[in-house]
Amino acid sequence: MSDMTLGQGLNTGLRQSLADDDKVVLLGEDIGSLGGVFRVTDKLQSEFGPHRVIDTPLAESGILGTAIGMAWRGFRPVVEIQFDGFVQPAWDQIVNQVAKMHARTVGRVTMPITVRIPVAGGIGAAEHHSESPEAYFVHTAGLRVVSVSNPQDACTVLRQSIASDDPVIFFEPKRLYHVKGPVEVEPLESALPMSRARVVRPGHDVTVVTWGSHVAGALDAAEAMKDDGVSVEVVDLRSLSPWDSETVVESVRRTGRVVVVHEGPRQGGVGADICSVVTERCFADLAMPPVRVTGHDVPYPPAKVEGHYVPDMDRVCYGIDQALGRVPFETFTPATSTEVAA
Amino acid sequence: MPSTTDPRTKDDLSQAGESASSADTAHGGARDHVPAGWVQRDTENGARHLDATPDDGGVDHTPVRLIDPDGTRHEVPELDRWLDDVDDAAMLGLYTDMVAARRIDTEATALQRQGQLGLWPPMLGQEAAQIGSSRALREDDFVFSSYREQGVAYVRGIAPTDLLRVWRGAAPSGWDPYEYRMAPMQVIIGAQTLHAVGYAVGLLLETATAGSGAHGGIGVSRPDSDGPDAPERTSATISYFGDGATSQGDVHEAMTFASTWSAPTVFFCQNNQWAISEPVDLQSKVPLVERARGYGMPGVRVDGNDVLAVLAVTREALHRARAGLGPTFIEAVTYRMGPHTTADDPTRYRDRSDLEEWSGRDPIARLAAHLRDRGVLDDDAEAAAQQTADEVAATMRAGVYAVADPDWSTVFDHVYAEPHAVLDAERDAYGRYLAGFADNDTQEAAR
Repeated sequence: MSDMTLGQGLNTGLRQSLADDDKVVLLGEDIGSLGGVFRVTDKLQSEFGPHRVIDTPLAESGILGTAIGMAWRGFRPVVEIQFDGFVQPAWDQIVNQVAKMHARTVGRVTMPITVRIPVAGGIGAAEHHSESPEAYFVHTAGLRVVSVSNPQDACTVLRQSIASDDPVIFFEPKRLYHVKGPVEVEPLESALPMSRARVVRPGHDVTVVTWGSHVAGALDAAEAMKDDGVSVEVVDLRSLSPWDSETVVESVRRTGRVVVVHEGPRQGGVGADICSVVTERCFADLAMPPVRVTGHDVPYPPAKVEGHYVPDMDRVCYGIDQALGRVPFETFTPATSTEVAA
Repeated sequence: MPSTTDPRTKDDLSQAGESASSADTAHGGARDHVPAGWVQRDTENGARHLDATPDDGGVDHTPVRLIDPDGTRHEVPELDRWLDDVDDAAMLGLYTDMVAARRIDTEATALQRQGQLGLWPPMLGQEAAQIGSSRALREDDFVFSSYREQGVAYVRGIAPTDLLRVWRGAAPSGWDPYEYRMAPMQVIIGAQTLHAVGYAVGLLLETATAGSGAHGGIGVSRPDSDGPDAPERTSATISYFGDGATSQGDVHEAMTFASTWSAPTVFFCQNNQWAISEPVDLQSKVPLVERARGYGMPGVRVDGNDVLAVLAVTREALHRARAGLGPTFIEAVTYRMGPHTTADDPTRYRDRSDLEEWSGRDPIARLAAHLRDRGVLDDDAEAAAQQTADEVAATMRAGVYAVADPDWSTVFDHVYAEPHAVLDAERDAYGRYLAGFADNDTQEAAR
């Protein structure tokens, strides 16, 4: 057990996976001698060789399509997409090919491909460098989608993703790359399964469900609300597809109130599905409608105004206040904000 | 597993049709043997462009050929050196293969018209391109095809009935791809070219040619020579795609990746002149084969209706791939005599005269004329080939009638390789919904 950054946790996870299975190969742009633009693959090429850690031409569809062919041959490719917005050129290969190959071949061909994607904003980046595209992938059958919030999960969930025979979209919040925490290379057999959520702070008044970089914001909000006499339970969802409805439902049945926080746009976002299921399964237990605190339905804005897009602690607190009925319920629809709460 | 056997004797040709044919080298001398007057209307602009740049070596893009439409056979050493083993029996085999492929195709079209298939993409006219190229493959090579390669599938040993399961709407794919070393058909145009490259890179990674340096390509090793005697190191992959696919970004990316990594793969483009209603000159201002130069790989333009020439060029390209010399781009110039699919109406976009012109270059009639000249094919042999083809078609038809509709629950099968609680719950819920009708059904039956 040692303290390391989330980026180093990923690096540790990759190193362990490369050592565990000689069919694991890393593919991506600038991942070799440079070690990736975020240094997640630092020193791995010199350690394992250029046939295990492979710099590719600059073409995301080409990278994914090549990874598919390698998976056909029995390899276990781990693809690095340099930035979230750059995954879109690989759209067809991920959605039409990777996701469907196992079903198309009636189970004869597996696609154990992990697609690592630095995700979300808050780092003052250029256009297409701050996207939260998780909902696209969650909507696609055949993919598993995860997002990590701390260095230990970065290491373990990445190893679980690589070991999975299913394709996994693996989101790495850029904002957390340099956040430190303890990391242990734990046995995967005894680790929490990657599809399971984790209650990271117990509480009894309201449940906040979130993932990735917003887990920290939710914990800050919970601490702030504590001073206000409110006990907030925080659930780190970890896996977005499938998502762990049992853990969420169990929590909401106790608290009767739920706030879902994510950075991706509101419309058709993952939060919409979570709120639907919570409503279906906790209808009688809910004291208030589920609340969503999300990015706006706009293109990710320029860096100087991204603070008005990315949900911060104050907006999470405001969402909690809505769930508690302390402020008017905001529906973000043409309906007036007060008629719902009334 | 990688094979190092002689490419001239161990490929698939020895198994079925039993023939050989000639091929072309990347920059071979076969052009002298192409009759004057062969001008692809879609390439005229490109040809003029090339004529205007004599510094490029005066590249002649006339497709290489060994058998003229009238059956006349030319000797072309650069091609014939790949055909040493092609005797009369082998030639007769190629002929039989083509007749069978055409028979499968016409029978499937009939099955679609009779409502047995939802759709069918005829390959009429492309028999030589498909049989010649696939007979160049060995068992351990791997095929990633488009959706019109029924001739290739037939040569790979896939039962024609299995080929039709998808078109009947009864299965997501029809065969075990690892058994026949042929992936299921790809519908997204050009996507499969990348899969062929990735598989080929995998082959390289399994050999000692990998790991040549941090800044080098994956397969940078070079054999001592590029002739038929060069040692082979791996098996190879081949991707099949059409002229329309050459406009796809994936095809460009595949050729870039394959070239810089020296992947053991062959890009086999069947230029059948039409991408549904769009002529090939909408895809490119230059002959498609010209693309190869830009990627730094050899390009070969072959008469796609000459099964012998196609066999030879594909054998050489596969050998180059297996020997570590990297990828080759083959443009097989042919013609889609039928519609794009049974849902298409080509009379809306092309002239009847085109069809008549290309009928005169028919791949089967051409080989038949050559074999009759040689005394290899007579009426009896022709009837025997037709009988073989008829039997294949009859078996296919009976097989299609016997294909049962899949059970509802198969909709949920194989979406994931590992357990998935949410999907299991969806399946169970839908099963309960369906079970709710059981009582009604019972009551209905009782009345």
